[in-house]
Amino acid sequence: MVKITFITSDNETITLEGKSGSVMALAVDNGIKGIDGDCGGVCSCATCHVHVAPEDMSKTGSASQIEADMLELDDNVNEFSRLCCQLEISDSLDGIVLKVAN
Amino acid sequence: MNRIVYLLVKNGYLSGTNYLQFCETIGEILFTRTLNQKYHMKKSELPDPFEKARLDKGYGNLNDQNDPVTMLLRHKDVRKSAHNYKTFQSGAQPGRIVVPSEVNIRDARQIPFEVDPPLHGEYRAIIEPWFKRPLLPEYQEKLTAQISTLVDGILNKDSLEVVNEFALPLQSRALTLLLNTPFSEAETWISWGTHVFRSEGEALDGDKANILYNYIDEQIDRALKNPGDDMYSLLLSSEFQGKKLTREEVKGVMVLTFAGGRDTVINAVTNSISYLAEHPEALERFRQEPEIIGKAVEEFIRYFSPLTQMGRVVTEDTEVCEHAIKADSRISLCWASANRDTTVFENPNEIVLDRKINPHVGFGFSHHNCLGATHARQILKILLKTLAEKVGSIEIKDCKENIEHLDEFERKVGFNSIHVKFKSLT
Repeated sequence: MVKITFITSDNETITLEGKSGSVMALAVDNGIKGIDGDCGGVCSCATCHVHVAPEDMSKTGSASQIEADMLELDDNVNEFSRLCCQLEISDSLDGIVLKVAN
Repeated sequence: MNRIVYLLVKNGYLSGTNYLQFCETIGEILFTRTLNQKYHMKKSELPDPFEKARLDKGYGNLNDQNDPVTMLLRHKDVRKSAHNYKTFQSGAQPGRIVVPSEVNIRDARQIPFEVDPPLHGEYRAIIEPWFKRPLLPEYQEKLTAQISTLVDGILNKDSLEVVNEFALPLQSRALTLLLNTPFSEAETWISWGTHVFRSEGEALDGDKANILYNYIDEQIDRALKNPGDDMYSLLLSSEFQGKKLTREEVKGVMVLTFAGGRDTVINAVTNSISYLAEHPEALERFRQEPEIIGKAVEEFIRYFSPLTQMGRVVTEDTEVCEHAIKADSRISLCWASANRDTTVFENPNEIVLDRKINPHVGFGFSHHNCLGATHARQILKILLKTLAEKVGSIEIKDCKENIEHLDEFERKVGFNSIHVKFKSLT
């Protein structure tokens, strides 16, 4: 199991465990506040915006061009921004911390 | 062709308005035939009329009732301008950001649609949770029951006209869930026809709009007298900046809810049926891999783009695509064109059911993205799932295309009518 920690905008910390699928789906299934995933994970709605903890950026990598274009016009964007529908759960993500952007 | 018209006129079969209608019909038939021959098109295909202009200059020109519109055609320009509400405003004269403009047929401001940030966000926050209810399991169960009953009733009928006998009742009944009003209200809404501001063959119709306004007035009176748990009552008890919403504000939200989700949902449902008729393998795939249905819905919305465009009023002299745009003129965000932009979508003119990266703008983009999108997505998801469970194949008997005339562009948005036969799976 891969452990992923979310910190919501009201500073609640929730650690979830997942095996596969996207980080967005894991968050939505567990009702993480601020992650809506309206479009089901095809990068069209930007309702799954997170800030990756700086030390975890090497694990997640940075956004693809299309993802970056989506993020560019979102509120609260910064250099650690990702759309978590584009993060596939795998062992390499174990232990990462994500701050929900909205 | 001229000879036929000459003979018909000479013998008294054609005169006055009859003659005009006749020419329009013939023109439409010839245009459709030319398109079909040129591209060997399937009936379900919606060609992209914007490609050349999008590549060459990035914009198109449309003269709408002497209030011209510069149509933005590229994905990036459309997204940036949708985001930039200060230069490209929605809070202009009511009706002006709609294309074709509705300034001559209404004064009521639609809310939050025709309000700019930051007030826009305050209005939207009042109703956002209500419009997320389609995510609740009990909402989805009721919607599934409605759609299931509708599909059971049409299986194996020799011929069914999809727009009026399937998509319109489906949309109207589903709306009773969104408004949380009695199911029987749908009958009244069905009797209004497919568009609440337009009549057949007439772009804009003030009398028709009045039917809707009067209906909403009656419903507000009813909810004031007998508050319940419907959307009218919720709005009447809501506060904006510490004061109860006014009657005009409540009306503004309700008109938007009725108008925004009518022909758009009807087009999306009808186009989905015509696609499945010509792609029976898609129904089989939904049976085998139901998990792709969510992605298929997003792809349908991208490809069909049920709303071609939405306008904005320019607040200061500016420039788009190296083209000067004057203050107080109009631009439009052409979602249908942006959704076929090859710089963003591989093979944009193909429907790829499980397209993985799909940043379409079919529900608009940024502040004003579609409030009804959650409801619309559930309708389409449940429709595809239900059809896959019950329908083996769909046969198109005949159809009349619905073409939007946009000066330099002609866009097929769907069908005015399409007769089909649904054959049951077993």
